[in-house]
Amino acid sequence: MTASPAILPERGPGDRLTALFWRRPRLLLALLLGPPLIWLGVVYLGSLLALLLQSFYSIDEFSGVVKEEFTLKTYAELFRAQNLDIILRTLLMSAAVTLGCAIIAFPIAYYAARFAKGRWKAVFYLGVMLPLWSSYLVKVYAWKLILAKEGIVTWVAEHIGAGVILNAVLALPGIGGNSLSTAPLGTFLVFVYVWLPYMILPMQAALERVPTTMLEASADLGASRSQTFRTVILPLALPGVVAGSIFTFSLTMGDYIIPQIIGTSARFIGLAVYQFQGTAGNLPLAAAFAVVPIVIMLVYLAIAKRMGAFDAL
Amino acid sequence: MTTLHTFKLASTTALALCTGLSPAFAQMTEIGAGEGALSIVAWAGYVERGETDKAFDWVTKFEASSGCKVSVKTANTSDEMVALMNEGGFDLVTASGDASLRLVAGGKVQEINKDLIPSWSTIDPRLQDAPWHTVGGKHYGVPYMWGPNVLMYNTEVFKEAPTSWNVVFEKMDLPDGKSNEGRVQAYDGPIHIADAAQYLMFHKPELGITSPYELNEDQYKAALDLLRTQRTLVSRYWHDAFIQIDDFKNEGVVASGSWPFQVNLLKADNVPVASTIPQEGATGWADTTMLHVDAAHPNCAYMWFEHQLSSNLQSDLSVWFGAVPSVPAACTDKRGMQTAEGCDANGLKDFDRIRFWTTPVSNCAQGDGACVPYYRWVSDYIGVIGGR
Repeated sequence: MTASPAILPERGPGDRLTALFWRRPRLLLALLLGPPLIWLGVVYLGSLLALLLQSFYSIDEFSGVVKEEFTLKTYAELFRAQNLDIILRTLLMSAAVTLGCAIIAFPIAYYAARFAKGRWKAVFYLGVMLPLWSSYLVKVYAWKLILAKEGIVTWVAEHIGAGVILNAVLALPGIGGNSLSTAPLGTFLVFVYVWLPYMILPMQAALERVPTTMLEASADLGASRSQTFRTVILPLALPGVVAGSIFTFSLTMGDYIIPQIIGTSARFIGLAVYQFQGTAGNLPLAAAFAVVPIVIMLVYLAIAKRMGAFDAL
Repeated sequence: MTTLHTFKLASTTALALCTGLSPAFAQMTEIGAGEGALSIVAWAGYVERGETDKAFDWVTKFEASSGCKVSVKTANTSDEMVALMNEGGFDLVTASGDASLRLVAGGKVQEINKDLIPSWSTIDPRLQDAPWHTVGGKHYGVPYMWGPNVLMYNTEVFKEAPTSWNVVFEKMDLPDGKSNEGRVQAYDGPIHIADAAQYLMFHKPELGITSPYELNEDQYKAALDLLRTQRTLVSRYWHDAFIQIDDFKNEGVVASGSWPFQVNLLKADNVPVASTIPQEGATGWADTTMLHVDAAHPNCAYMWFEHQLSSNLQSDLSVWFGAVPSVPAACTDKRGMQTAEGCDANGLKDFDRIRFWTTPVSNCAQGDGACVPYYRWVSDYIGVIGGR
């Protein structure tokens, strides 16, 4: 029997490669991180920068051809009355949808986090996730039928004598219309429905992390239920609420399908971008419009950060 | 930024080299053997091979007889079509009037030698030299299909066909005694401004509108004002044929500008609707098959031109799409499913009352820079729909 050497001879290129990685661990790191970083940098941020670049171009008034010279003219166009309308309308809708989602989602998430056990927990998860598995378009078209003038909501309202109430709501200026499916209120309802799971799930995760011991301590120290809620639960669950609101807010801001199918046909930012880049060939203005949600979200995130929403990260 | 510039420089140089090196393409003088393939940019539903519905097939026979395998790239808007043709790699495109002239001006399509298309003479004479594919006496395409934007109405509300577009433009009581508020619709596309202009052409001759696609500032403003009135009547604008169909069924809509396509589908569903072209006339679309300047399969393309005019295509497609054949004989000679009544229902008799879609440009018959260009139509129509 011969003694084997301390260093084994190389058996092929595989061994050489392993040895190289062992000697230079940073090389391996770079090779592993490279592709995803290139993806993030080039495909993700690169396309965003290309978009940003477009927004500094302008369109020639006579020929409708894009002029590739840097100007702020296109951004000035955003401040025209009809474009400001679009931005304001989208902002209001996003805020309303976020608020609506938060109000509806909180009790559901609270119940699921604190009280649902075993099988009920599974039912809850399924209930929240199930709508996400079906096609988004199918859901929106279904809502169009539900909310139609001759749809089930109107029908039920008339049969239980609530037709008067429905008509009174629809007569309200600003949110009403000819029927729910052609009213801004209808757009709001569908938005809330579609984005609700994105609010419930982060909220529930946050609420589950609130320790029960703290609630007991709060009760021991004589806090009423509402005091406990305001001073203990809500501040601790805030990161979840903010995370959810980031989803609902940004998703509403970018959506261009729901306002196309439900509502008054008045444009939202997503729809305006779609139309300007598509049918109008006005890519600079479409790009400028696309920058608006980015700016709004940055402001939103700054405020959320100041509120301490990311302290738990 | 420098990299971008370098890149741009490189690509333009490459482009210049390519165009410089490729021979200037003169029109074809004879049709050789087929190249075995043909790629077409077309509207959805325009090139059917029996996959959607077995009864509607005008590709299989062409492939068998010519040996040209047809591939289709569907496009949803005229601008998409222009973009695809600019990119290249396709042979044919079914361009509407608001795309065809842009393609000609951009040098993306080549002149057609109509002598190589035996059935050219069967084309409706009114379409043979139509201005949306004929420039300076040169033909740049072969007419495919056309159709009007009709006024669709509910026959239970309107016992007789409405005689004017005013039912969708002005606040009024409909024949059933109720107001038209919330019960009429309009097209959700800037080109609808032309419908308003056409209405004004008839009712306000003092504005001096000669073409609904060539509007100076004053005429344009009057059209927008009319559309603002319309906004108070319309709950929701339509852009998708199937949403409009649904609105006529479930939303209590009783009158709207529409296409024969929706009218036929609703009728087939036993919804009480009919369509008419009121006294003011109507706007319409006319599509032309055009050949790319660098087409890889020109022989197959010319075979398709002949096929498009002589086979069952014209007849069956007009049934399928609710359109009118460019070859009038296709309505009556039983080569497909279309009948004389069907053609009339789709608008054949109303040709003279239709003003076909064209892209509004600033240099028009009223002078250079006198007319409002299309990109302003887009932003202003968005304003009108937003309540401005």
